[in-house]
Amino acid sequence: MPRISGVDVPPNKRAEIALTSIFGIGRSRAIEICERVGLDPNAQPGSWTDEQTRQVRQIIEDEYPVEGQLRTEVQLSIKRLMDIGCYRGLRHRRGLPVRGQRTQTNARTRKGRKKTVAGKKAAPRK
Amino acid sequence: MARSLKKGPFVHYKLQRKVDELNSGKKKVVKTWSRASMITPEFVGHTFAVHNGRQFIPVYVTENMVGHRLGEFSPTRNFRGHAGSKKDKRGR
Repeated sequence: MPRISGVDVPPNKRAEIALTSIFGIGRSRAIEICERVGLDPNAQPGSWTDEQTRQVRQIIEDEYPVEGQLRTEVQLSIKRLMDIGCYRGLRHRRGLPVRGQRTQTNARTRKGRKKTVAGKKAAPRK
Repeated sequence: MARSLKKGPFVHYKLQRKVDELNSGKKKVVKTWSRASMITPEFVGHTFAVHNGRQFIPVYVTENMVGHRLGEFSPTRNFRGHAGSKKDKRGR
């Protein structure tokens, strides 16, 4: 099983999909990498030669921020927003959607599981 | 959609004039209603009183605020929690 940037790449998926199991590599980058190494995007990582694996690893490690490093970067940007006290930062602090979505309903991804409020009337039925 | 680079960042012309004055000497708080004005590097180190529809919120501009707009630092709503809920009674 090829190990790239501290992640095991699944050996029995197609290359362009397998590479996306690395945080920071999506479909576009996966395809781009395959192209540059001259890999068939359908070839499964288990069948790569050592040389191909080495090249893929090198491209990813040298050129893209991935995994831990990328996560830190994202966290830092969020922290910056919170520190300067701008609107987006406030939304992050409160765990509410940041980009102007409605919050009367939905927004469950940011707000987490529903919390039932005592005494609140259920929506009227017609 | 992003603003055309050709035009450069938007700063209300009167605000720009005030900022130029600030940089040529005197320091004071500038009252402004121009929430849409982009914070440019010249703003750094000055305090702006940005209107939020009701009052002026003092905003001290630091370096990492450059590129944001003045209004982002002057919230127009102040949600203090729903009636009867015990927690969430914090202000800003």
